[in-house]
Amino acid sequence: MTSDISYKVIVGLEIHVQLCTQTKMFCGCALQFGAQPNSRVCPVCLGMPGVLPVMNKHAYEYSVLVGLALNCKVAGFTKWDRKSYYYPDLPKNYQISQYDLPLSENGFIEIPLESGETKRIRITRAHLEEDAGKNLHTAGNFSQVDLNRTGTPLLEIVTEPDMSSGAEVKALAVELQRMVRYLGVSEADMQKGHMRFEPNINLVITKGGKEHKTAIVEVKNLNSFRALERSVDYEVQRQLDEFIDSGKVMEMGNKSTRGWDDDKQMTVLQRVKEEAHDYRYFPDPDLLPVELDDAWLEQIKSQLCELPIKKQIRYVSEYKLSDYDAGVLTADRSTAEFFEEAVKAGGDPKRVCNLITQVGLKLANEAGCGIAELSLTAENMSELAKMIDDGQVSASAGNTILEQMTKTDKAAQVIAEELNLIQKSDAGELEGIVEKVLAENPKAVEDVKSGGKKSKKAQGFLLGQVIQKTKGQANPKVVSEILSKKLS
Amino acid sequence: MPNDLLNMDCKQLREQIAAGKVKSVEATQAVFKSIEKNDSKIGAYISTFKEQALAKAKEIDDKIAAGESVGFLAGVPVAVKDNMCTTFGATTCASKILENFHAPYNATVVEKLLAADAVIIGKTNMDEFAMGSSTENSGLKKTVNPWDASRVPGGSSGGSTAAVAGRLCFAALGSDTGGSIRQPASFCGVVGLKPTYGRVSRYGLVAFGSSLDQIGPVTHTVTDAALMMNVIAGHDVADSTSVDEQNAPVCDYLENIDKPIEKLKIAVVPEFNAGADEPVQKALSDAIEVYKKLGAEIVEVHMPHWDYAIAAYYMIATAEASSNLARYDGVHYGHRTDNPGDYVEVYTKSRAEGFGKEVKRRIMLGTYALSSGYYDAYYLKSLKVRNLIRGDFTSAFEKCDCVITPVAPTTAFKAGEKTDDPLKMYLSDIYTISANLAGIPGISVPCGFDENNLPIGLQILAPAFAEDKLLRIARMFEKQTDWHTNRATID
Repeated sequence: MTSDISYKVIVGLEIHVQLCTQTKMFCGCALQFGAQPNSRVCPVCLGMPGVLPVMNKHAYEYSVLVGLALNCKVAGFTKWDRKSYYYPDLPKNYQISQYDLPLSENGFIEIPLESGETKRIRITRAHLEEDAGKNLHTAGNFSQVDLNRTGTPLLEIVTEPDMSSGAEVKALAVELQRMVRYLGVSEADMQKGHMRFEPNINLVITKGGKEHKTAIVEVKNLNSFRALERSVDYEVQRQLDEFIDSGKVMEMGNKSTRGWDDDKQMTVLQRVKEEAHDYRYFPDPDLLPVELDDAWLEQIKSQLCELPIKKQIRYVSEYKLSDYDAGVLTADRSTAEFFEEAVKAGGDPKRVCNLITQVGLKLANEAGCGIAELSLTAENMSELAKMIDDGQVSASAGNTILEQMTKTDKAAQVIAEELNLIQKSDAGELEGIVEKVLAENPKAVEDVKSGGKKSKKAQGFLLGQVIQKTKGQANPKVVSEILSKKLS
Repeated sequence: MPNDLLNMDCKQLREQIAAGKVKSVEATQAVFKSIEKNDSKIGAYISTFKEQALAKAKEIDDKIAAGESVGFLAGVPVAVKDNMCTTFGATTCASKILENFHAPYNATVVEKLLAADAVIIGKTNMDEFAMGSSTENSGLKKTVNPWDASRVPGGSSGGSTAAVAGRLCFAALGSDTGGSIRQPASFCGVVGLKPTYGRVSRYGLVAFGSSLDQIGPVTHTVTDAALMMNVIAGHDVADSTSVDEQNAPVCDYLENIDKPIEKLKIAVVPEFNAGADEPVQKALSDAIEVYKKLGAEIVEVHMPHWDYAIAAYYMIATAEASSNLARYDGVHYGHRTDNPGDYVEVYTKSRAEGFGKEVKRRIMLGTYALSSGYYDAYYLKSLKVRNLIRGDFTSAFEKCDCVITPVAPTTAFKAGEKTDDPLKMYLSDIYTISANLAGIPGISVPCGFDENNLPIGLQILAPAFAEDKLLRIARMFEKQTDWHTNRATID
């Protein structure tokens, strides 16, 4: 029955990113998550009679920055429009947004795929608007409204339907999160609603040589990357099953909205859009159009940084790191910058990477901060990396030293000496010890010399004996060289 | 004595108070005595603040007695239209939907009056949400014309102009979206100035048509209008549409008020003077003669797009209003219906109960104009007409310093005369609307009386931000005439 069916998944995203400005989009209220309901409000964001909005310039700059990072064409002239609809969490009953002149459009974002390659997802537009409040349906036959969130600057990003799996959607989400955090424009915490993703999903099914499009479903209520990915995969299967069962395809007005139920791990129908809502957009007469001149644009451009995906690719090609390590290092900007500083100070990239990924990040995580906030300088880190590579200390001793470095202000060398972790590398001194060990272990010496199966194991045993005799301080590399010479 | 006091204009009173010759408390008491005596007949005020006003007056008197410095309007009793937010009293917009609304903040103009040590004595009646030309659309009370109680005071700032004409305050603030200061000023025989859009902050003015609304003074004299402008004009960071003072500096409007404009060139628009009633036309020609005698050159200009002004205005103003008034929904403040069936009924019933007929009509009209499929034909087209009208004025002002027209085609009409015919009512704004569309300043100055002893106003229009010049041109006329000295006698 289903054997002649093949399908293609089509997913586009509508994304809302709350910007982390000090104050709201059109008034001076502080942005604060989790404050007492209705304690971060003023006449302006409450939509009181007679109030007027004043644009937050920082929010505009943050948005342009994201537009640039998304390779968009940034508009030199934009305006504000009113989008009208009635809802209790929207006190003016219109939202100030951007309609026909978004501040940026026609861009793209590169997302990393599991294969290690990247895929380009086109960005339709990104525009700025104000967030609504929150309706709380707590108890009884009434609802409450918390307007603390009202007026929070919200960047809406719309992608083209270029994604074809839950994994790709998640990759875009993670990449975008990393990007806006790099740019310092959003805390981008999905659980806190800083980033909200609404995928639009449908399938193009080929059956018996004929193409059928399933009805588009928009999924809401996704508050983790996992939920985002799973909801897409769930919808793909659901739409496929629905098509097979009922033959349902896309028609005028049968686009629907479904909510993700995280407990049941499924989407639930919320509403079918019968017709397009008439938002009665018109230019907001209370606000002046925004003109972004070259000087202002240049000033904003100067705040751009190397984007995480580019860094990740560069770390692989320039520093010969694995894609996985490069991903870990570039997950946040301060870690990446710390890494680069340590490398610039002379540390071997691979060595510095290992110190950061194997010990540094764990320590930072325990301390509840970023690696750059530990009492650790990039210079000290690079010094430690050099000590390991020079054989002054062993790799495992290096980890111990790094841990101590974060607890004291002391340099790696000082700690190594204090803890007696400096390796003995003096060939003359070590030769005596090697000779003594060889004399004490004739059987092993014989095994080595005889070659064959036991040779390697025996040499390792002898090396271990020497290290033991020096209480772990002998440089294994130097000892190995001496052993090889004596036993050849 | 109190009567003499009430006959003073702001400038005189201000000087007398500052000199310690008249106490602000005396002036304030005189005003309240007048209100108590006459406002039951005139109906200018929605609310008054006697205790607060007298306390403020005493404070000013004490300061002056102690030789302390006081503000520019120290001790002068003034009124504000009830669409400007005040932390004291209610801010109703003469609407049932805001009947018990107490604003949590002061409008910028109110702050400025308070900072100038003015004594705010009350808030005046108006057409509901400033929509109307007779104050008959007030949802709360009736205001009559102090010159003839059977007639309307004009609107929408009819409460403010009736209060000034009826000697119930020394000056008042009104708001003008399509003529709402100038037309009632003309009907009540007082001076009314609509400044350039962006000259006076709109922050705290309850919006009707945001791109058209402007606050301005209602006074006995042109000089007083200049004096009030010195207090209220200027950039406000809270109003993005208020104009940067680098681009259009505010000046001291009083400084040169008595200095005539040399080589004054006045334009008249022959085609629409013809549309006015005969006494209005006559008063206008007389006014032109006055200017001629002062040496002004009279030129003719044409306003080819003036015919479309009313249509364009009623699209733009109602479109903006439909959006501005969306917030009155019973959810957060204002009137809420009893026992709504569901949340949608909170909206529909609260609004149906709270808004008056004219407001509903305009919300419907504006909603329609902005609807998908109609936007281009109505709203967008109207914006184009607006640009053409702006262009008409730009060309006109290349040939003249100001344009003179009637304020309204008629003098004050009878109460109830036009309430059943909205279009007829809308036409009373025919001469004033274009200034709002173009954003330019306009003033109404008393220039005569008709056969029923009803005042007639002269409208003078000037280029944007030329308030200084406009006031001086008006003052030239006022100096030569005594129309402004006539007093309404309500009792």
